[in-house]
Amino acid sequence: MIAFLVKRLFHALLVMFVISVIAFAIQESLGDPIQQMVGQSVPESEREELRERLGLNDPFLVQYLRFAVNAAQLDFGYSYIFNQPTTEVILRHLPATLELVAASTFLIIVLSVPIGVYSAIKPRAWLSRFFMGVSIVGISIPVFLTAIVLIQLFAIGMTWAPFPADTAWGNWLNDLITTEGGMPAYGRGNPVHVFGTWYTNFASLKGLTYLVLPAISLASIMLPLFIRLIRAEMLEVLQSEYVKFARAKGIRLRRIYFLHALKNTMLPVITVGGVQIGTLVAYTILTETVFQWPGMGLMFLNAINRSDIPLIITYLMIVGLIFVITNTLVDLIYGLVNPTVKLTGKPA
Amino acid sequence: MTFKKTLLAGMIGAVMTGTALLPAVANAENTLRMAYDADPVSLDIHEQLSGGILQLSHMTFDPLVRWTHDLDFEPRLATEWEQVDDTTMRMTLREGVKFHSGNDFTAEDVVWTVERLKRSPDFKAIFEPVASVTALDDYTVEFKTEKPYPLLLNLATYVFPMDSQYYSGTADDGDPKDEIVKNGNSFASSNLSGTGPFTVVEHQKGNRMEFQRFADYWDEESPGNVDNIVLTPISENATRVAALLSGDVDFIAPVPPNDLERVRESDDAELVTMSGTRIILLHMNQERVEAFQDERVRQAFAYAINQDAIAERLMKGFATPAAQFSPEGYAGHIESLERRHDLERAQELMEEAGYADGFQITMMAPNNRYVNDARIAQAVATMLARINVEVDLKTLPKAQYWGEYDDRAADVMMIGWHADTEDSANFHEYLTACPDPDTGAGQYNAGNYCNPELDRLVAEANLEVDLEKRAEMLQQVEQTLYDEAAFVPLHWQDLAWAAAPSVNIEPILNVMNFPYLGDLVIESE
Repeated sequence: MIAFLVKRLFHALLVMFVISVIAFAIQESLGDPIQQMVGQSVPESEREELRERLGLNDPFLVQYLRFAVNAAQLDFGYSYIFNQPTTEVILRHLPATLELVAASTFLIIVLSVPIGVYSAIKPRAWLSRFFMGVSIVGISIPVFLTAIVLIQLFAIGMTWAPFPADTAWGNWLNDLITTEGGMPAYGRGNPVHVFGTWYTNFASLKGLTYLVLPAISLASIMLPLFIRLIRAEMLEVLQSEYVKFARAKGIRLRRIYFLHALKNTMLPVITVGGVQIGTLVAYTILTETVFQWPGMGLMFLNAINRSDIPLIITYLMIVGLIFVITNTLVDLIYGLVNPTVKLTGKPA
Repeated sequence: MTFKKTLLAGMIGAVMTGTALLPAVANAENTLRMAYDADPVSLDIHEQLSGGILQLSHMTFDPLVRWTHDLDFEPRLATEWEQVDDTTMRMTLREGVKFHSGNDFTAEDVVWTVERLKRSPDFKAIFEPVASVTALDDYTVEFKTEKPYPLLLNLATYVFPMDSQYYSGTADDGDPKDEIVKNGNSFASSNLSGTGPFTVVEHQKGNRMEFQRFADYWDEESPGNVDNIVLTPISENATRVAALLSGDVDFIAPVPPNDLERVRESDDAELVTMSGTRIILLHMNQERVEAFQDERVRQAFAYAINQDAIAERLMKGFATPAAQFSPEGYAGHIESLERRHDLERAQELMEEAGYADGFQITMMAPNNRYVNDARIAQAVATMLARINVEVDLKTLPKAQYWGEYDDRAADVMMIGWHADTEDSANFHEYLTACPDPDTGAGQYNAGNYCNPELDRLVAEANLEVDLEKRAEMLQQVEQTLYDEAAFVPLHWQDLAWAAAPSVNIEPILNVMNFPYLGDLVIESE
């Protein structure tokens, strides 16, 4: 176990090293940060001075070594936009993103497991067909569009009147398809302070309303995938010999479904899920931009727009770290669910 | 028992009056929730010359003079000004003005501020003509220029006196409080004391800014009744509009062109648009393409491009088609200059110049800097195809575009320009003057157009204190640039703001796009 973790730690360091080299190599094409810092009429001589002061004129290797030496001491440089250490900036934006990811993950788990299991047990029921149909559509809609539609329907509101409004039934039908609006369209509101740089939206009902639309948008990417995955795995498990045997033995269906079958269904789901949580962090860039959610994704996009190279590099390294950590956790959980799985390094 | 009852009654009474009082207090306070596409980069108003910083300056500081609706000057901290001789201007300052820190505003603060401006990398070029500023007494300052300088009042709109006492000395980290640091922490980048209508209460960069009305604000005649302002940057166009339409914010800027109709038709919002002063144009590089050295070819390009079609169809009327640099109201503006869209004439000119079969060029434009920039470039490419010019178009995000622009990396390049001085000469100095790396003239002249005669004329105009005579000279420059087709003007980008119906934004808006929020009136329901 310890050996496994140590090995993973080296993994993490390697990943971060590779990312930093790549990010450093492409910084030229990220644009000139000076352009973002000065007004349009500032003469070239002033720009040159600033460039010199930031060390942007040094050769690549010098710049990289300076960065690497500092990074080894956990100093990742100063953000050009925020005028603060990049790690501080990211730590301040991290809670918003983690909360958003947590809320979406919660939605995904709570919805995908029952729906997936149900449509596997009753594959021919109209409700199952409905879920499958919706999930096909869901997979093909980009998160951007989902978000904008959600804002239009639930933040701004939509009045539809295709039915005659002078009749009672028409009115009733119109009301049924008309949305009220009123949900917050952007930002986190005024989250409650927990400690340090962590402000939370989970502490108040008002805070939760700010989370709803962004969390649904973010979840919409993964939810159809997970429903289909759970359904497919469950269908396969239900065909297996031991389930048939259990049925023959007369064990109650409920017990077979939820204890024996579900447990084996979840193994591949957890593997995929772990990888997907990392992907979810990446997808927050789109969701956070649409909802102006003040997390790391929005921060990263701004950093790109303004060529804030130190912040971009630190963000990429931290996301790399998050991937390594989630993968490690997945492997550990996998071991817990299925003890026959051996973690590398563990004696046989 | 009785005692307990009284106590209980008293407590209930207290709670009830408390709750009864609360709504009354809430009504008395007017809070403006606004969303811009970006927030100011710093609290130091000398750190960067940008729209965001100027907007902040007008909220938290006051200029000596400011622009009115029709580009006239309005006294603010300077109440009177007088041209003593060709190189001297004397200004009388307002008495009884307090800074946010409680310090009194005096002539010393003006002197201190102008000296700091002359040290600021972004502002020093603008303030170069000013030789010295001296305080004659507590409420009189004298500006001296080396040579006669006609634009001193234009400069005075950039002088937002800072609290010299507050910004003097050393900060906790040992650095002087008045240092100007780009990309770094300084005292001034996170602390602010001005004379303006609002004080900064909270600043979470990139996230949220909160302002409170300054209790001792000098301008008691201002009708403004906003007590608090919460500024949230929302860079995503669709989200900014949604935030207004859903009632989450009361005031947004800018309104993206694609949503103009939606906002105009909504009952929950009022739209205000204005013709702007930022010109969008194309440079034809004479050094890269020999054909561009022929005046007729440049004219052919001007004839081939249909500014009106771009403004109407592409920009949905959200742009004022242009035939020159200067928008209406600028000294150099010539009323009679017309767009010259005439395809036949364009083909004729190409034939005359010996390019009937056309040629190939490269073109670059940004895709996230100006409104519809990439689509405008595509439309231009299509229009040029009609005179047999084949365009290889590349569009880039602004972060990468400007590097290419500085390298003059394509034959035709797009740029938008707003004159910092609100003056016609500025356009020429940066965009069409003969490039000279030493003086910085023609720094953005990606066409390499060069006419020394015009440079001389502009230099003369900048020494001409007789404003009528000066306007004539600048118009002559404008006319020559037009005749020689030095560049292809496209349009002036319009401005658009929108607010909830109870927020009366129209009177406080202007073409420079710094809303005078101190004068904003919110009507109570």
